[in-house]
Amino acid sequence: MSRIKEFNLPDLGEGLTEGEILAWLVKVGDTIELNQPIVEVETAKAAVEIPAKWAGQVQAIFHPEGSTVEVGTPIIAIDTEPGAGPVEQSTTGAPTTDLPAPSAASLAAVEVAPTEGAVEPGLIGGPAPGGRTAVLVGYGPRTTAAMRRPRKDTAPTAAAPAAPAPAPAAPAAPAQATPGRVVPAPVQPAAAPPVNGNGRSTGAVLAKPPVRKLAKDLGVDLGTLTGSGPSGSITREDVQRAAAAPAAAEPLTVTAADPSAASFGADREQRIPVKGVRRLTAENMSRSAFTAPHVTEFLTVDMTRAMKALDRLRERREWRDVRVSPLLLVAKAVLLAVRRHPMVNSSWAGDEIVVKEYVNLGIAAATARGLIVPNIKDAGRLTLRELADAMTDLVQTAKAGRTSPADMSGGTLTITNVGVFGVDTGTPILPPGESAILAFGAVREQPWVHKGKVKPRLVTTLGLSFDHRIIDGELGSKFLRDVGDFLADPEAALLAWT
Amino acid sequence: MAKGDPGAPARGRRAAPRSRKATTGDPELVQLLTPEGERIESVTGPDGTEYRVDFTDEEYRGLYRDLVLVRKLDAEATALQRQGELGIWASLLGQEAAQVGSGRALRTQDMAFPTYREHGVLYCRGIDPIMPLGLFRGVDQGGWDPNEFKFNMYTIVIGAQTLHATGYAMGVAMDGKTGTDDGEAVIAYFGDGATSQGDVNEAFVWAGVFNSPLVFFCQNNQYAISEPLERQTRIPLYRRAAGFGFPGIRVDGNDVLATYAVTRHALDTARHGQGPSLIEAYTYRMGAHTTSDDPTRYRIASEVEAWQAKDPIARMKSFLEREKIADAAFFTEVDEQARREAVDLRERVLAMPNPEPDTIFDHVYPNGSPLLDQQREQFSRYLESFEGSVH
Repeated sequence: MSRIKEFNLPDLGEGLTEGEILAWLVKVGDTIELNQPIVEVETAKAAVEIPAKWAGQVQAIFHPEGSTVEVGTPIIAIDTEPGAGPVEQSTTGAPTTDLPAPSAASLAAVEVAPTEGAVEPGLIGGPAPGGRTAVLVGYGPRTTAAMRRPRKDTAPTAAAPAAPAPAPAAPAAPAQATPGRVVPAPVQPAAAPPVNGNGRSTGAVLAKPPVRKLAKDLGVDLGTLTGSGPSGSITREDVQRAAAAPAAAEPLTVTAADPSAASFGADREQRIPVKGVRRLTAENMSRSAFTAPHVTEFLTVDMTRAMKALDRLRERREWRDVRVSPLLLVAKAVLLAVRRHPMVNSSWAGDEIVVKEYVNLGIAAATARGLIVPNIKDAGRLTLRELADAMTDLVQTAKAGRTSPADMSGGTLTITNVGVFGVDTGTPILPPGESAILAFGAVREQPWVHKGKVKPRLVTTLGLSFDHRIIDGELGSKFLRDVGDFLADPEAALLAWT
Repeated sequence: MAKGDPGAPARGRRAAPRSRKATTGDPELVQLLTPEGERIESVTGPDGTEYRVDFTDEEYRGLYRDLVLVRKLDAEATALQRQGELGIWASLLGQEAAQVGSGRALRTQDMAFPTYREHGVLYCRGIDPIMPLGLFRGVDQGGWDPNEFKFNMYTIVIGAQTLHATGYAMGVAMDGKTGTDDGEAVIAYFGDGATSQGDVNEAFVWAGVFNSPLVFFCQNNQYAISEPLERQTRIPLYRRAAGFGFPGIRVDGNDVLATYAVTRHALDTARHGQGPSLIEAYTYRMGAHTTSDDPTRYRIASEVEAWQAKDPIARMKSFLEREKIADAAFFTEVDEQARREAVDLRERVLAMPNPEPDTIFDHVYPNGSPLLDQQREQFSRYLESFEGSVH
């Protein structure tokens, strides 16, 4: 270890848990100087170049470009005395594509919790790999607490680390026991089992209150789970994994991919690693599709009057600089209809239905990073003008890739504007925890019977999916009808309802 | 009195070709060295003050050396953060001249109150540059003695140090340490973002009303993290001083000579008991706000390039070359010294010991306190309750 040094991905910005390798600026065999830029890494906060910590020769690169690496994981090995003859455990000269494994010692030495769940993952941004809380700013709690020496008065159990660890290099069996750890592909492709069976069994189930709440919300029986947290406690990840289990036949955690995957191979197939937004979307959609019984209804509406109303709105002085789109009217329609049918704005919590007075209105947005659904908090209280500003802001933030996890959590009802892609409607899948989602199709000129004659009118189709556990056909239909009524004649609906 | 004169013997003084006036109400900068490295002999400020410097060749070279060293050590600290050795680092890149110019204008008896970015001033005060790295590595709270070096601890809270400085300056005045050529002056550093803080405005009011021996030194680096200057103020920042009843002036913060001259004059005004002033050192933060920030998300590359052309070190170098004050051997030697000091800094940072847990009790009171002793005792019992404990 003294001659070959492995560099672990550091926390590049106060409480981050992972980073994506954007580009390697060196390759195996290169001679590098101290502080020479070696790799470009993008974190949730910034894309930065990392300078080499030692001068020497690049001996191995552990992760390909495009892979997501947990903080504390070795990413490169540098031979600090390249002139001193061959290295014994010779991986020198190995091509970059043949990703070697970092040494066990360095994996053991990384300052990341050996097991998940040592710290309760925060609600902001949800649970983060490595057990650290994904926070927006400041210092996330470190999971090094998991490596703390045991208390003397604690009766040692099978689950407790076997011995005190005076040196930081010897925590109990860390490596493959960690779900979510990025494991270099060629070494242990079958690693990351859903639950590691390290044979602990205690009488009562150990779980923190927020985890119990989550399990209740997701309808997971804690008694059936094996905990992966400290002392066998059940973590948020354990619960979520169990909840997603029926849908997750394919392991979604294979991250270290063949770097040549960018093109089609000889078998004319391309393998794209599932990670980031794609992975999150997949998990959420599978979970929702297989837990909430979906019903979808459609309604075609003549929006000609509403479009004219929008034009008049745009002409008003105070609305001069505001971005006014048909989506704004749809949002307003949904918010007004929710007021008339509050049950639509609710969520299923196992034994009870949680009806919300506030509407955190989600707007699905296609971004370069993939599908994200930021929401406008308490949108029901906003004036039309405030709503317009909030939507503009939300879309711009999303397009710029600056949407924060807080903006994406806590949604209660969602609109997906599939019309921007030129299609008429769809059968959207509910975001987990929500019970209704409205698809807004393209507004286009179509033949329409208007005052007894067929005329070209601006027509759109709405598609409403709802959770049949909560919403019956009658309620769903009434809600959709109200949204349609508003879009057909906003002025009259406003006069009638408000 | 108006001269920003280092007071050194006049060996090898340079006669510079022209002078010009900065007229009242003009946002024009006081500048003695153009971005191309041309010397301007002197500039007359709006109140008739003539700003000039009269350095020896040796002193010019010394300023250049300071600028290069400060930048190199800062770059090393940034690299150390990227390598996981520091928790965070606030880089001064681009602001070297504002810091070295003002830092070198301070006299031994003058007291400085920094933000968390004044690594250049810290260097000029003779403090070991390793000190702030301990703070950002999380192994100590800074570690230098503010009284010994007349340089307060770094203040992370935005603008709070301006109030500390105002209070300190009050004390200086009450001790009767102003009013002579050897009087004491106080300088408070802050940024453009801090000018929107209540603290800074309170400090302005107080210092103005009590005629405090204080220089408000604002490094306007154009961004309060991501917020640009135009959302901070509608008038040039230096003009705010007029409303508080003391003079304000804008200086080219990338010009080490002008910054020196303007700061020296303001400090002399303060030390003579003539009251506070505001200096707006107009500069640019070439790097990120801190290592946790990504400036490409809120500013465009062409803006950064435009400021690259105004680099404080490049203009000093071309001046030294043009006037034949320094030769290639000198520049090589400075670069080599910078490299050596950076390596030394790195080695010492990596060797910094982690503090013992109970040291948090050590510096709360100078002579301890019964309650704290009790807490220390409880804490050490707690630590002893772990297996393998050495406490």
